[in-house]
Amino acid sequence: MDKLQTRNFIAARVAKEFKDNDVVNLGIGLPTLVANFLPSDITINLQSENGLIGLGPKPNEVNFDRDITNAGGQPVTLLEGGMYFDSTLSFSIIRGGHVDVTVLGSLQVDETGSLANWIIPGKMIPGMGGAMDLVTGAKKVIIAMTHTNKGKPKILKACTLPLTAKNQVNMIVTEMGVMAIKEDGIHLMEYNPEYTIEEIKNATEANLIVNEPIKMKVEV
Amino acid sequence: MKKLLDINNLKDHVFDGMSIMVGGFMVVGTPEFIIDELVNIGVKDLTLICNDAGLPGKGIAKLITNGQVKTLIASHIGLNPEAGQLMSAGKMECILIPQGTLAERIRAGGAGLGGILTPTGIGTIVEEGKQIINTNGKDFILELPLRADLAILEGTTVDEYGNVVYTKTTRNFNPVMATATDQVIVGAREIVKRIDPDNVMTPHIFVDYVIKEEL
Repeated sequence: MDKLQTRNFIAARVAKEFKDNDVVNLGIGLPTLVANFLPSDITINLQSENGLIGLGPKPNEVNFDRDITNAGGQPVTLLEGGMYFDSTLSFSIIRGGHVDVTVLGSLQVDETGSLANWIIPGKMIPGMGGAMDLVTGAKKVIIAMTHTNKGKPKILKACTLPLTAKNQVNMIVTEMGVMAIKEDGIHLMEYNPEYTIEEIKNATEANLIVNEPIKMKVEV
Repeated sequence: MKKLLDINNLKDHVFDGMSIMVGGFMVVGTPEFIIDELVNIGVKDLTLICNDAGLPGKGIAKLITNGQVKTLIASHIGLNPEAGQLMSAGKMECILIPQGTLAERIRAGGAGLGGILTPTGIGTIVEEGKQIINTNGKDFILELPLRADLAILEGTTVDEYGNVVYTKTTRNFNPVMATATDQVIVGAREIVKRIDPDNVMTPHIFVDYVIKEEL
């Protein structure tokens, strides 16, 4: 798989996690692609922390409106039934447990469910934006990312970068597999048959608990 | 209209070293024409409180580029690389706050609260130096209220009393900032006689001045 295929593969698998009427927040980058794979038989309420629910696809020349943007400042559209609100209500929704699933990218995740994705000291200081509130408040936190950074493991025993939140991640989806983070560590629930279990373990610094995982089924 | 202010008189309402809350989210909901006038005036050593650092050449990024900002309090500066460079070079102080905490600290500032308790940031460097308070068995960070001398906001529609409606995603931080500063200036895209009382988002009692944008 090339880079785009890998990203689409991960995004398509994440999209299968949603249930009818879920309120979902998708982060910037790879998680944004999840919107392209939402199941058509259920209703998903996409929330954007800058102040809307009912996030629709990118506008065309006809329905472009400079006053409708997503949290990355990019132009979007609003679906029927959607609405706008201010930042305090937006974060009442987020911190108050009214978001069912949040999907974010990450630089590192560890076996206690802690994650680091907002700062590389001395190198990159983008800030946390809404990420800390999202992972703290959402009922389910899914990390969607490539399994390694050019071969360097990102799924670790313990994060080394400053944390975004402690013990909040429930699931990791990568091009190699689907992992659930439980009390006793990271369980490989599904694996991509393009890789052997041994290869997946080698690409993971954290101890991977492998107990009859099933094959990942993704149609991109 | 009593509250109408000529943009040329904005200079009488700003001073070096002041703190300003600027509405908007990645420039959407920021009154660009008032930022341009602040650049013209050249008021300096500002403490800006804004969701982000704007985008290169847009919004408060213009004030940052022009060297008018001493301290920036924001949640995300990643889309304006210059802000990160100035921060790393020690030329601009930058205080990063989780977005929900930023909104809620401003709300506390405007609502007369002594602070708020949030779970956001527990177990991270955000909690350093702050009081942790346990209620009902769960840890929360005590975050203190934020206030400023002036708010500069973008109102889509403002009526002759100064009541404000914000359209679509331009709303973001604008209404909460209107409550938390000594003076509030709203840049209006449109001024109408009356807004339906049911639709008012910021009551006129919060608004000191309205500057009409020349469209």
